[in-house]
Amino acid sequence: MSKPEKFFDDEGLRLDGRRVDEIRPMKIEVGVLSRADGSCYLEWGNNKVLAGVFGPRELHPRRMQRPDTAIVRYRYSMAAFSVEDRIRPGPNRRATEISKVSREAFEPVVLTHLYPGAVIDVFAEVLQADAGTRTAAINAATIALADAGIPMKGLVSACAVGKVDGKLVLDLGKDEDNYGDADLPVAMTQDGDVTLIQMDGNLTQDEFKEAMELVKVGCKQILEIQREALKDKFSQFDNEEIEEETVVEAPESEVEVEETIEAEVVMTEEAESEIGDEVEEDDENDDEPDEYTGDEPDENTDDEDVEEGETNE
Amino acid sequence: MNKKIVIPGQFLSNDVKNAGSGTYVDDGKVYSLLYGILNDKRRINVLPFSGKYIPSRNDLVIGSVIVVTPSNWIFELGSAYDGLLHVSEFPRRIRSEEMKGVMNIGDSAIIRIKDVNPAMKVEITMRERGLQVIKYGRVIEIMPTKVPRLIGHSGSMISMLKKETNCEIFVGQNGRVWINGNDNDMDRLGEAIDMISSNSNASGLTEMVFKFLRNESDVEDDVDTNTVSEDVEDIQANDVEEVPEDTSRKIDMLLDPEDE
Repeated sequence: MSKPEKFFDDEGLRLDGRRVDEIRPMKIEVGVLSRADGSCYLEWGNNKVLAGVFGPRELHPRRMQRPDTAIVRYRYSMAAFSVEDRIRPGPNRRATEISKVSREAFEPVVLTHLYPGAVIDVFAEVLQADAGTRTAAINAATIALADAGIPMKGLVSACAVGKVDGKLVLDLGKDEDNYGDADLPVAMTQDGDVTLIQMDGNLTQDEFKEAMELVKVGCKQILEIQREALKDKFSQFDNEEIEEETVVEAPESEVEVEETIEAEVVMTEEAESEIGDEVEEDDENDDEPDEYTGDEPDENTDDEDVEEGETNE
Repeated sequence: MNKKIVIPGQFLSNDVKNAGSGTYVDDGKVYSLLYGILNDKRRINVLPFSGKYIPSRNDLVIGSVIVVTPSNWIFELGSAYDGLLHVSEFPRRIRSEEMKGVMNIGDSAIIRIKDVNPAMKVEITMRERGLQVIKYGRVIEIMPTKVPRLIGHSGSMISMLKKETNCEIFVGQNGRVWINGNDNDMDRLGEAIDMISSNSNASGLTEMVFKFLRNESDVEDDVDTNTVSEDVEDIQANDVEEVPEDTSRKIDMLLDPEDE
């Protein structure tokens, strides 16, 4: 597909029918990989991203180990079949750069000092690309990190903002990205602290300020979707018994095998329990947040590379 | 209701003094660090759904040998950190040639974490009653965060499991569970443990597992009455009813002399 004649219809709606400040519909599934410590599958418009987290685990090569803290390794990778024209698999200049900035996007939130000498491996694999894959990958990786039980100060949400036809639009679609005037992917914490920002194209200072306001709103919406996805995973267990402060004692007694394990457990009783315990866990993942009722974007086909533009800081 | 699912960064309370594990304080407010369940009955704690085991001093765990050196065994503990067991921490004197005879690569043992230094070097000891090389039975892995659930309120779950399956059970803090009994019982216990670990957030879990084990044994009995092994089954059933403690003790006695 070549450059569309116009990016907005008469009513001011975009190519895929979205408003200028509307993000594409997002679907999140938590814990999809059985062998990973934490994982997430995320669909965002036509983007499909799979994220897996392994660790904290022993770091090899050992010379990379940091005695006081864990390191985070982030690998962003696009599958060969993720774009129209097959791309050469494996790391390339673009993937390496995105991996680096994405890793740094998590630095302020992940409590690495709790795992000295270890590594937390994050793998984000783009299965289908349709503009904004680095932000989609970050959104998925955050969920996967939470699912892996990694302590974090908060979730990271990412969204892009850009300019097409002189107008600022949130969450660029493929054509808007390829033929637009500017692309500004941003990742931020829940407090609105920016942890990743890149820009491709040109924006005036005023446009930039306005874009940041726009993307802040977008990230808030995404954060809400992420929260819902995580809460949904276990929502059938709204009433749990919880134990804590378990102390397993050594077998002291000579004959009483019962004392092999002497546990001191404090259990808090739950108030009410009407939800069935036998509900299959799988049922939960089907619930997708549907408060964002943007139309499914058209299948944009293009013989151009889907690369989201070169990123020049 | 004072328990709910929380996610990292979720605001929990203004009560900074009671901020417990799995939380952090920022600007006079308590937030969650983890994805898990909030428990704010006494202190504000977040109990994670998942997570790797972090070795801490005095924990009893099950490790498996990955390296044997002339004076040390190195154990894999299901965590980011390996543990070091020096020969001097083994209950009896061992010459360096005998190291592999006592525990070779792949062998498991019940061990105690003697010390963990700030660089997360883990030292292990076996000089204690009950700590031993695992020679029979099975080792099952569950999520370390589910260990409290398997033990239950002051050991209610674990003692129920022992009684119902007539197996010996040891739960390591790193989520490895050693069970020993006859094969059928171990199968049943394994299923029960799976059940606990996949329904760990359900309420009335002990009851649920109890029913599961009872029904299972009913079914087995029904099947077995039609077979020749009826008598054998009966005897076993009697054992279960009458002398569960005794059997356990015998097993314990069997285990201990081997160390001496």
